[in-house]
Amino acid sequence: MVQKLDTLIETPSQTAGPYVHIGCMPTYAGNAGAYDQEIGESPIADGAKGEIIEITGEVIDGTGWALRDAMLESWQADAAGKFPGSDGADPAVNGFCRFAADAETGKFTLRTVKPGAVPARGGVMQAPHISIWIVARGINVGLQSRIYFEDEDNSADPLLNRIEQKNRVETLIAKKTGEGQYAFNVVLQGENETVFLDI
Amino acid sequence: MSDTDHGPLIPRNRDAHPPAYDIDYKTSVPRSPRWSLLSMESTPSEETGPRFGHSLLGEWDNNLIMNWTRGKSPAVGERILVHGRVLDENGRPVPDTLVEIWQANAGGRYRHKKDTYFAPLDPNFGGCGRTITDENGYYEFLTIRPGAYPWPNRANDWRPMHIHFSIFGHSFGQRLISQMYFEGDPLINHCPIAATIKDRSQLDTLVAPLDFSKSRPLDFLAYKFDIVLRGRRQTMFENKLEGM
Ligand SMILES: [Fe+3]
Repeated sequence: MVQKLDTLIETPSQTAGPYVHIGCMPTYAGNAGAYDQEIGESPIADGAKGEIIEITGEVIDGTGWALRDAMLESWQADAAGKFPGSDGADPAVNGFCRFAADAETGKFTLRTVKPGAVPARGGVMQAPHISIWIVARGINVGLQSRIYFEDEDNSADPLLNRIEQKNRVETLIAKKTGEGQYAFNVVLQGENETVFLDI
Repeated sequence: MSDTDHGPLIPRNRDAHPPAYDIDYKTSVPRSPRWSLLSMESTPSEETGPRFGHSLLGEWDNNLIMNWTRGKSPAVGERILVHGRVLDENGRPVPDTLVEIWQANAGGRYRHKKDTYFAPLDPNFGGCGRTITDENGYYEFLTIRPGAYPWPNRANDWRPMHIHFSIFGHSFGQRLISQMYFEGDPLINHCPIAATIKDRSQLDTLVAPLDFSKSRPLDFLAYKFDIVLRGRRQTMFENKLEGM
């Protein structure tokens, strides 16, 4: 026998299931009015500084089918690279959004402000990115990933540089499709599978 | 920021969690990544996260017996109190964090257009609730015991009675969704979703014991459910973040 550690073990994850929206997005689930105020309706308020952008896409399974029941969350810095709650952060950016794949089409849209570069440890800067988290029926542990932007300089980003297969870096980069418009799909499995993070 | 909000997140112990792919949980088969996760030390993107104030909450938000009718009429079912603490891996309470729950009604039916089970909807039950932990990480919900329900997977699979939990912590990297089961429910041992957790002692941490110390005579039974989120690594030699 050895000494006992003081640490606890994290509570194990279970799938969010098909009815996650009842608890997290009641209006989307058809239960409007459950709460006076739902969280994550928009990551920005009017007057947010910076470029307002729209990212659209789908969450695609290993057969190529777009999930109709996925829920996504995003977290990001403001246009100056400051996280909400930190000194000098834009008060019109709360940084958090909840959005769902459309129940008919599977399409999602995230409307937000384009984030600035943020620091990592050791003085290195990370290229502008939005952190995302994906849950759904059949996903046993929520999947972490990131959205980067093809019109930013991503060459020195420490996370992207950790990806050995450079062809997979593309799975984390949103493609510009128009002024303020980006396309980004999450591919759960198969060809072009998104790089998911353990971070 | 509280004093537990510094330092990198302790890496997730993936052995404590279900694998992505589990052939007995059929929907996980096409929805599980095949490639390994990219493992890295956390950065400010994971070490910060959304915070919600107590002013978010409405009067009935943590009372699922009454919240759908805003106090007018109680839901049908066995009245229970579900309570516990949110802690981190260092054993410290996680104060002021949002806890959201959702569940089926007493007959095992969800208020959702995709749920077509025969059990009727209860007009007085919505099925969602939320609260924010107090300064000691404590939370409680008043609700009804959810019914077990069948689901399309193998030919005759049933979900044990369960309540879905969503917890934020103080950083986006702590984000967790899980389920609480009830002590003594024989269906736990037959459920392919519960069985995605391969370590039985870990599955047992999702089973809430009956707790007479919190039960109110002639009113409700209580179940205790503590939740552990990822903690922060703190050492005397930790590098400070530059530019933060
Ligand atoms: Fe359920």
